[in-house]
Amino acid sequence: MDPKVIPNTPKHASSSQIPPPPFSLFIPTNNLIAMAMAIKLPLILLFFSSSLIPTFSLFEDQVGLMDWHQRYIGKVKHAVFHTQKAGRKRVVVSTEENVIASLDLRRGEIFWRHVLGANDVVDKIDIALGKYVITLSSEGSILRAWNLPDGQMVWESFLSGSKSSKALLTVPANLKVDLDSPIIVYSGACIHAISSIDGEYLWKKDFASEGSVDVHQLILPGGSDVVHAVGVTDSSQFDTYEIHIKNGGLLKHTSASFPGGIYGEILPISGDRFVVLDASRSVLVLITIENGQIHLEQTHISDLIHGSSGNTVILPSKLSGIFSLRTDNGIVFIKVTDEGKLNVMEKVDKTVVISDALPLSEGEQAFALVQHGDGKIELSVRLVHDMSSNHLKETVKMDHERGFVHKIFINNYVRTDRSHGFRALIVMEDHSLLLLQQGEIVWTRDDGLASVIDVATSELPVEKIGVSVAKVEHSLFEWLKGHMLKLKGTLMLATPDEVAAIQKIRLQSSEKSRMTRDHNGFRRLLILLTRAGKLYALHTGDGRVVWSTLLQSLRTTSQQCAGIKLHQWQVPHHHALDNNPSVLVVGRCGLSLTSPSALSIVDAYTGKELQNMGPVQHSTVQVISLPFRDSSEQQLHLLIDADKRAHLYPTTPEAAHIFQRESENVYWYSVESEAGILRGYGVKKSHSSDTPSEYCFETRNLWSVVFPSESEKIIGTVTRKPNEVVHTQAKVIADEDVMYKYISKNMLFVATVSPKASGPIGSATPDESVLVVYLVDTVTGRILHRMTHLGSQGPVHAVLSENWVVYHYFNLRAHRYGMSIIEIYDQSRAENKDILKLIVGKHNLTTPVSSYSRPEVTTKSQSYFFTHSVKAISVTSTAKGITSKHLLIGTIGDQVLALDKRFVDPRRSLNPTQADKEEGLLPLTDALPIIPQSYVTHSFKVEGLRGIETVPAKLESTSLVFAYGVDLFHTRIAPSRTYDSLTEDFNYALLLLTILALVVAIFVTWVLSERKDLQDKWSWPQTQLWLQSSSEQRLLNICSTPVNMFVNQNR
Amino acid sequence: MAAVRRSKPNPPTLLLLLVQLCFLSSSIATGNGSGYAINGRVKIPGFSDKGFGLPVKANNAKVILNGGQQVTFLKPDGYFSFHNVPAGTLLIEVDVIGYFFSPVRVDVSARNPGKVQAALTENRRGLNELVLEPLKDEQYYEIREPFNIMSIVKSPMGLMIGFMVVVVFLMPKLVENMDPEEIRKAQEEMRNQGVPSLANLMPRSG
Repeated sequence: MDPKVIPNTPKHASSSQIPPPPFSLFIPTNNLIAMAMAIKLPLILLFFSSSLIPTFSLFEDQVGLMDWHQRYIGKVKHAVFHTQKAGRKRVVVSTEENVIASLDLRRGEIFWRHVLGANDVVDKIDIALGKYVITLSSEGSILRAWNLPDGQMVWESFLSGSKSSKALLTVPANLKVDLDSPIIVYSGACIHAISSIDGEYLWKKDFASEGSVDVHQLILPGGSDVVHAVGVTDSSQFDTYEIHIKNGGLLKHTSASFPGGIYGEILPISGDRFVVLDASRSVLVLITIENGQIHLEQTHISDLIHGSSGNTVILPSKLSGIFSLRTDNGIVFIKVTDEGKLNVMEKVDKTVVISDALPLSEGEQAFALVQHGDGKIELSVRLVHDMSSNHLKETVKMDHERGFVHKIFINNYVRTDRSHGFRALIVMEDHSLLLLQQGEIVWTRDDGLASVIDVATSELPVEKIGVSVAKVEHSLFEWLKGHMLKLKGTLMLATPDEVAAIQKIRLQSSEKSRMTRDHNGFRRLLILLTRAGKLYALHTGDGRVVWSTLLQSLRTTSQQCAGIKLHQWQVPHHHALDNNPSVLVVGRCGLSLTSPSALSIVDAYTGKELQNMGPVQHSTVQVISLPFRDSSEQQLHLLIDADKRAHLYPTTPEAAHIFQRESENVYWYSVESEAGILRGYGVKKSHSSDTPSEYCFETRNLWSVVFPSESEKIIGTVTRKPNEVVHTQAKVIADEDVMYKYISKNMLFVATVSPKASGPIGSATPDESVLVVYLVDTVTGRILHRMTHLGSQGPVHAVLSENWVVYHYFNLRAHRYGMSIIEIYDQSRAENKDILKLIVGKHNLTTPVSSYSRPEVTTKSQSYFFTHSVKAISVTSTAKGITSKHLLIGTIGDQVLALDKRFVDPRRSLNPTQADKEEGLLPLTDALPIIPQSYVTHSFKVEGLRGIETVPAKLESTSLVFAYGVDLFHTRIAPSRTYDSLTEDFNYALLLLTILALVVAIFVTWVLSERKDLQDKWSWPQTQLWLQSSSEQRLLNICSTPVNMFVNQNR
Repeated sequence: MAAVRRSKPNPPTLLLLLVQLCFLSSSIATGNGSGYAINGRVKIPGFSDKGFGLPVKANNAKVILNGGQQVTFLKPDGYFSFHNVPAGTLLIEVDVIGYFFSPVRVDVSARNPGKVQAALTENRRGLNELVLEPLKDEQYYEIREPFNIMSIVKSPMGLMIGFMVVVVFLMPKLVENMDPEEIRKAQEEMRNQGVPSLANLMPRSG
């Protein structure tokens, strides 16, 4: 196969308007009578008016009609309250999705939000000068200040260090703007001082020259000009440094060696006291700095707490004079007295979560504890100086499905009676964020939805028959009223109030959010698996959460379990109709591929866990949904473990029987990207003795494709969606020729690049980067097609559908992104054109399409430029596959662009012939057009876009689109417009009015003609006279006209 | 504009930065062994050059290096910078909702640091300095045309009514004014041609 590069087509004026689809309409030119013209004219007009509009477009007032957009932030890592001033109270948070956001403390809404880059992990946040949010990110190398009210970035400073280290941030606490105390940052083994006003770099103190000191704490005592840095050298020596805040000069350095070694972090107790664990985790070391000397004091934990083992950790909550220790038995608070003695104060349960200390007015400090009870949580606030009693104790009812409390942040406010009130922001196990105040949940945010891993859909229950007459009458009246309002709107007669009412009716149509199945299949449940191990069901109509379940199967073990896959388990259609549909969640307990897996089956209507197969013995590397069902319509699944054994689910004899019968036809493949090998497998028919159960099958390797590791590295594979429907196998082209699509469910697209070019853009020259793409049959391992793109590299995003694959890559020679299409056709059926042969039966159309046969295939391909980077690419899918397709491209700007498949057609040519034009082929352009109106997300952004899922609606023209990332977005699109239904905008009132007008017109003309008739009869003699006087011709003439027909007949 | 951005150089890394800043206003790459820095500016027309000149919707503007390798944000005056960038040919994309920006190809030379070449990839136009302006606005919505009588007339129902009017009122007039000879001729002709037009299918009177 010849290597193909992007064709050097001459520059075309890339018009943003899609040319009208050709229509062959016979336009009469000779002197036909006017009637014929009158019929054709509106037809022509109709065609013109419909063909010029881009295929996907939206009016501004249609936003929210069939789409919804939800904004999230992710699991909160840090939170800083800003409540000092009167006015808007807010909390600034940073999250695990690299989001920094300012939230309204009253309602939990987002004031502003920024999503940082994927590698720009936020380390610390704080508020400086009372007006800037300071963020330290990228392992402490980027310091940014954001304007607190509107989120505009004010300044940015890049901090370069000598080696990587942990990142610490200290912001001067005073609120006076005139006092310019710098922000002190420790990162990259250096201490940096940065002006908080404009980000100016003041000084830097490099610790790399001081030996390998690892600084653990930076302390900025109020009112002094000295920064204290406490660190450890080679985990056996404590060092303290005093550094002048204005110039970075080293004032004092003291050190003390501690041969035992340390474990974990040094925790400050007060300005001159620190505590740390030794390496064996059995001795507490209290560090006291006195008169420039370091005193170390060791206390055995077993002396303080009886019966504790080695798994002791000092909790990082900073409470002055007190620290907390977590042992196997629970959490212990230990007070450090002025004399340096350690006193155990209290023991609490292990699940208790402790906040940092919050300074109150009179030098007092308070902190909060949260304890989890049954269906409730207990929040208690204590004063550091008076640990004996709870300052405040509240019990809050808590949904079971939110799990345990993971983090707590507290903030105080002064009540009217000058006492302190507290509000607590808590982060739950399911990543949701709640604000508690006065024993109640003020608001909640379901931020677990920011980390969707997998998506499945489910039908809604069928509507129960039986509707009351009153309801129908009421709804009919409402319906008519609504349409009259709409009519007023279109005729520009509506008042502003009415316009608002119209918009409200349109947005809150109860139709779209009902909990029953609809005829068009627009109402569905989107079932989302999140990283927190929680399953959510969202209604496609309005995006509300119908149910949510924290999966118990992923919580049972102590290990970190996470869901990885979501599959349809049971979709009752024919037999088990009284069962609800259900989904299968496959999880993994542990980080490696060989960790045991957890399975659970969840009812899609209620969210109940029907079956909870805790940690099962085998691991799961791959989940294969087999196209077989048992009598209760449960889908058979094969789970492939790390040892390449296949485990069959459901584990019933019936399923095993079905599988045994079909096992000869079960094949799968694995992609080993690191080794560069594709392997195909089949199931061994006979049971070997060492398989653990009868539902476990040995497999055999059937074929392997090994890519040469020195020249090719696998960077992406894509296969067809298993549930895709293809309407026709044949494609009729212009000259009444037929091409047969090569449609195989077992086609795999593989992209490889030369190893040098596997890095980011710019790391390889065009000469050393080669992109090779393959189409591989996964049953036989046959390579159907291979194509080389010289001077191109990844990342490759691809989508495979029907008989074509579209992929996006980077073209280094042109330094632009490229997009190519390969269409694959079955050559062996190409002879089936002869009608005679078809009649006689000498054709091979009835032979089944099989991967065993080796049909001859031909391919067509073409390449184009594409402007943007791409994050995800998908294609619309419809119920029967008749409707033309749109590519859905998630761009780097987190928008989703719908691109008509007609633009990526390898048969486009520079000068299309007449026949091509008639077929609808567009003239070739070098770049794919980006039409702003065809962004399905219109003016929204799906921040942090990760995937686009399409689900066919029951209505053939329509496809449901769900895009997820940090945000969620759902809409439905009709690639060829809604040719099979009236649009939402269709005005029934106008139709009724027209019909009414026509009826009235009929009556009026009838009355008029009656009257005329009568008149004619009265004036009969005169007419006769007149007739006689004129020629016979004229009479005939009058009689043949339709209006005078009445006269003619009545005579 | 040519306003020299007085960036604050971190002593070792950005030492060279100030030197180059003197003669190139905004497209600068400097660095030592660890990498280079690229500074540039995004200008959105219609807003002033000075001060807080960015419109509210540009608040969420992002500048993206190499398809997501680094992401940075705009300062109030529209400036942005990337740090620790390796030498080579890079791609910078600007993402502001409502505007279409061409990606920019930036060559950072390792041999003579500070030399930067930038070109828009969409129209291959070279840039003297890294000032990025949108190629065009993006309008995501169709504009709803205000109500006019023509839209009613053009709608299918309007056409239906129009056709009825034509048939009922205009046709008799038309036929009346025609010469009877011509009508007969036309009818004759049509019969001969055998064109299956609607007129032929209509029941004839008389």
